[in-house]
Amino acid sequence: MLNQYETVFIATPVLSEAQMKETVKKVKSVITGHGGEIVHEENWGLRKLAYPIQKKSTGFYYLIEFRAEGELIAKLETEYRRDERIIRFLTFRMDKYAIEYAEKKRKKKEEGSSEKTENKVEE
Amino acid sequence: MAQNDSEIRYLTPPSVEIKKKKYCRFKKNRIKYVDYKDPEFLKKFLNEQGKILPRRITGTSLKYQRKVAQAVKRARHLALLPYVTDLLK
Repeated sequence: MLNQYETVFIATPVLSEAQMKETVKKVKSVITGHGGEIVHEENWGLRKLAYPIQKKSTGFYYLIEFRAEGELIAKLETEYRRDERIIRFLTFRMDKYAIEYAEKKRKKKEEGSSEKTENKVEE
Repeated sequence: MAQNDSEIRYLTPPSVEIKKKKYCRFKKNRIKYVDYKDPEFLKKFLNEQGKILPRRITGTSLKYQRKVAQAVKRARHLALLPYVTDLLK
């Protein structure tokens, strides 16, 4: 049964832009390679961490929303653990409220970018 | 012993603060999902040290308090929220 998952990972800031893209490509290839299907992705870029991780206080955040089988997650997480550029990751299964919330946010962003004035949409 | 309250001399007048009816903000504006990715919203449920506020203070119902606690722990894992800090606000 295809579930929808959302994974966020933090890459070390010492990476150059190219290495960061390469890390993202590797993660995406793991997902699509094993029959996953990416729904949406977001690059939050360099952000300050609330507490230092491995002596670093900033990190590249990247979010991927994808639909996949259950056992793909184990492969994905071993991939994360093996790759030393990724210092932290979190994957979680989205329930129907989360999926609805994500879609609404995406629609709001498109609306927001297309025309500026829109009211405060309820979360 | 009829009017014993008059004998009790309070040093300071008992401040009876008006009893504000607490309500669960999630039920009120029908929020169904607590997103762990926006720390600004979650900060409303943390005190200065970054600890999760109890239900009796925030007035949220049990079902949503668990969701908030789960979201805060995920945000802390992703370093969006600190585990412990001073002067979070």
